[in-house]
Amino acid sequence: MLTLQILIDGFAISSLYGLAAVGFTLIFGVSGVLNLSHGGIMVVAALVGWATAAEYGFGSYLGAAVGVLAGLGLALVTYFVVVRQIQNSRAIPKEETEIFVLTGTLLWGIMIQEGMAYLFSDNPITMRPLIAGVVNIFGVRTPANEILIAVLCWVVIGLLWLLVNRTGAGKALLAASMNPRGLSLLGFELSRIYLLVWVIYGVLAGVAGVLLATFLGVSSANAGQLTASAFSIVVLGGLGSVSGSLVAAYLVGYLETVTAYLIAPTLRPIPALVLLVLAVYVRPQGLLGRR
Amino acid sequence: MKFTPPAVALPFAAAFALAAYAPPAAAQEPIKIGVIGEQSAIAGASLTKAAEMAADDINAHGGVNGRKIQVITYDDHSSATDAVRAFQRAVNQDKVVAVIGSYISEVALAIEPWSARLHMPFITPGAASNDISKHVHDDYDHFKYTFHGWLNSAFIAQSICDYSKDILVGPFGMKTAVVMSEDAAWTTPLDARYLECLPTAGLKVLDHIRFNPDTTDFTPIYNQIEAKHPDVIITGISHVGVQPTVQWHDQQVPIPLAGQSSQATTSTFWKDTNGATEGVITATAASPGVALTDSTVPFTDAYTKRYGDSPAYCGYSSYDMVHIIAEAIQRAGGSTDPDKLVTALEQTDHVGTVGREQFYGRNDQFTHGLKYGPGLVTGVAIQWQNGKQMTVWPADKANGKVTFPSFVKLPKQASAQ
Repeated sequence: MLTLQILIDGFAISSLYGLAAVGFTLIFGVSGVLNLSHGGIMVVAALVGWATAAEYGFGSYLGAAVGVLAGLGLALVTYFVVVRQIQNSRAIPKEETEIFVLTGTLLWGIMIQEGMAYLFSDNPITMRPLIAGVVNIFGVRTPANEILIAVLCWVVIGLLWLLVNRTGAGKALLAASMNPRGLSLLGFELSRIYLLVWVIYGVLAGVAGVLLATFLGVSSANAGQLTASAFSIVVLGGLGSVSGSLVAAYLVGYLETVTAYLIAPTLRPIPALVLLVLAVYVRPQGLLGRR
Repeated sequence: MKFTPPAVALPFAAAFALAAYAPPAAAQEPIKIGVIGEQSAIAGASLTKAAEMAADDINAHGGVNGRKIQVITYDDHSSATDAVRAFQRAVNQDKVVAVIGSYISEVALAIEPWSARLHMPFITPGAASNDISKHVHDDYDHFKYTFHGWLNSAFIAQSICDYSKDILVGPFGMKTAVVMSEDAAWTTPLDARYLECLPTAGLKVLDHIRFNPDTTDFTPIYNQIEAKHPDVIITGISHVGVQPTVQWHDQQVPIPLAGQSSQATTSTFWKDTNGATEGVITATAASPGVALTDSTVPFTDAYTKRYGDSPAYCGYSSYDMVHIIAEAIQRAGGSTDPDKLVTALEQTDHVGTVGREQFYGRNDQFTHGLKYGPGLVTGVAIQWQNGKQMTVWPADKANGKVTFPSFVKLPKQASAQ
């Protein structure tokens, strides 16, 4: 009974972790950018979605859509205003660009968080579940919304898989992650590929933010922690590896859930962090990392 | 023709001129009160807004001995460091005569030693830790500048035990409870008193859970609680609120939530939780539309009219504390000398928005704490019903009857109350 409960609860949260981390790792894989404003973007999607649905009374679905759009919009702003300016800057030596992008997105994330705290306060908000009610799965009372979240996460991840493996743009994207120089020699405009990956990222982060808001709730104060958890999952899975991130998301999600149920809810994030430190010692390239 | 005043009138004129000249300089100088609260939190914003309202009310009635009250607000982001900095700035730079601040015990406890060092009267209108008044009791000469303007944790727990007996044990035949509190300074004494007084009230405590305020997923906690089959969950939550409430509702945890849920005392909580708070019971200072004293309803109405929401629990006490400081200055003959002000504050007997407010004396256990009891301040119990906060306790103030959402399983249906 408890095992089943852990299996069900862990699955929903892990799927959400996976969705949030996939976009994060994709950007790194394709353009070498670690976007530390990730949590901020998720939070904005959640808060804007909530405000549209609840504050302005447009309902859950429209709210969710507007939230995702807000996530997408902010991701693009992040790219054009923060990341690209730093990448194109002549004042920054090329070998230091990554550090500057890291710092730039970190500060940008803090600005987003403070701005959201000013606009929406730091009280957590929760969006109305997309579907209400509970389903009894072999005696485990599971909110229907939790099942929907897991399904939606996998639908989005599946669509992403199709996009990357079955479309020309996706294949170019994949190629960019392997050999950007080769790709530009073939006449592909790298900046368009980067733009595509930021669009995909924006949608993924937006969907993850909105779903999190309907599941556990989100506050502006969560931004840092959301970035940290995506970052740990991605490092654990292997920077840039999408399948590695998915495996790591389930590993972390279940480790947290098992800890919360069997040891203490308070200790929830600890074992996953210990695992991360161990991974950095023993296997710095991560579970499925390439380098 | 040259006008010469009669010689006899000169001394009078001089005296009059002096009288008219010297005091106005002092009269025009406003009495400054510092108010510290986190602006992005509902409770913190309510605290400063209510203080500003109190100042406006006092000024509209002529101020204190002709001097106006000026409230200077500071945002501390609920950080102890920021709050101490704000406190120092209020004292050294802005020259306030007293400070009202914070609803977070950790923050109030950080300000308390500074109130002692800088000899600056300090009242917290919302923090609850028993340690605030214990420090005053243990080292009176040093800490006497601090006052506790809201019920401390022990009294909050007592109030909850009192209402649990009247509205849960009696009518619904509840016999067992699990205590679920966030791990914070204010809940340590709260839980200690819960464990003492709940059994006396008729609720056997089956388990006692303290969780990290950073918790976002409450499923494992509810799971653990459900396994014990209690009749009710008695909460002690303030830093968290929306998430445990929404998850309780979404997961249809079949056990009622009662106790202290500070965020549920705010009027926006219904919207914040999308109505998931339906059926939640919490202790609070006062509730909309229920006249604890003659000033409760006028204050609530005026506040709601001015700011759109009804005040949080610490809004009521913050409003009262500004009045209490003003009266103390009046009692001290207009003096704002800290020691005279402390003596005057100790003589407080003010009928405010939440009841008759007095402070415990030097020899009482909770020196400078707000007195608890019938005829003084007891707080009320409210339950969220269809978007409204209905007062369900004490019986003579109640405007609603306790009822629970359909997913909650009760030992028995309510007998006639």
